[in-house]
Amino acid sequence: MLESFADWLVFGLAGLPSEAHWGDAVHFFVYETMKIGLLLVLVTHLMGLINAYLPVQRVREWIASGRLRGSEHLVASGFGAVTPFCSCSSIPLFIGFLQGGIPLGVTLSFLITSPLVNEVALALFIGLFGWQVTLIYAASGILLGTVLGWALGKFRLGRFVEDWVWDIAEGRAEQAESTQKSLWERLPSVSHEAMGIVTDIAPYVLAGLAIGAGIHGYVPTGFFEQYLSGGNPLAVPLSVVLAVPMYANASGILPVVQALVAKGVPLGTAIAFMMAVVGLSLPEAMMLKKAMQTRLLATFFGAVGVSIIGLGYLFNLVL
Amino acid sequence: MDIKVLGTGCSSCQTLERRVREAVEQTGSDASVEKIEDMQQIMQYNVMSMPALVVNDEVQVVGQTPSVNELADLLGA
Repeated sequence: MLESFADWLVFGLAGLPSEAHWGDAVHFFVYETMKIGLLLVLVTHLMGLINAYLPVQRVREWIASGRLRGSEHLVASGFGAVTPFCSCSSIPLFIGFLQGGIPLGVTLSFLITSPLVNEVALALFIGLFGWQVTLIYAASGILLGTVLGWALGKFRLGRFVEDWVWDIAEGRAEQAESTQKSLWERLPSVSHEAMGIVTDIAPYVLAGLAIGAGIHGYVPTGFFEQYLSGGNPLAVPLSVVLAVPMYANASGILPVVQALVAKGVPLGTAIAFMMAVVGLSLPEAMMLKKAMQTRLLATFFGAVGVSIIGLGYLFNLVL
Repeated sequence: MDIKVLGTGCSSCQTLERRVREAVEQTGSDASVEKIEDMQQIMQYNVMSMPALVVNDEVQVVGQTPSVNELADLLGA
């Protein structure tokens, strides 16, 4: 339905020629902007509602209680997937988990997945790559957090967490549980926050879509195959390293990546790149530096980086 | 009254600070409003989601951004 509306708008109303490169590019831009705009509004609202009702305190107690019998890492990782986009929320949670007596490995499971699987990335993935790739992305993100947190938990890394984190663990009163409000009373503030996220990232997404549209219209199909396909074994690690400084533009990069995939860049390389953009962010590292000693921070980011590269190779083989 | 807004740079943290200042102006109280961005200080209050509002060292709001009117009610009490 959206597609035919975009057809009508671009080729009918504006009268652009559908066979010209630029007509094609404009059509791509208009259609994708509408589709992704809708998805972003929808997914941010959905995640906002989930978060409004998520009893953080109880989740923490549940994980700390030891009743999960080995599935703690998976639960913590899944919890990371539903918590919001911004690292200003995931780092207090990370510290709060440790203070609540949750083991470091389990807490790291949460910390790895939290930025990796977020509402903005999911909305963009659905819009640009479809449900299947989105599911693969989300599932592998959750799996990565689960396995890596478990593996890192095997080493005695707790001594590299700053002392103040452990010090305030005791003697604090329970935090005020959020007040009981009905869905209708909550909706305005949830909606306001969701729209805040969408407007914050809108310029990046639009810029990314514009560049993506240009690539779609002008770069010949299969153009990148000669440079970036299986013939170049360094493509995956290179794209992961390139991704690290791009955090601020995460939401603008995905549309460009999608255009590159359409022109022959392997999907696994693209997924690894995207995971590295959101999962290995410098601002997050700066904030974590307050709570972690450099050795732990380096181990953590190193392990996540290497795993993402591994996943990239795996996807290129399998997909 | 001593009001602290806990939060880092994210947009809802900034929204809460702006609304708190508006609410204080509306109620005409002489409360002091302070924004705390240092993670170590924030964690002293045992809050796990941002932004948070602390009034006279008591945590009142966690992980939400109430409207100016709601905040005025809260602060006026």
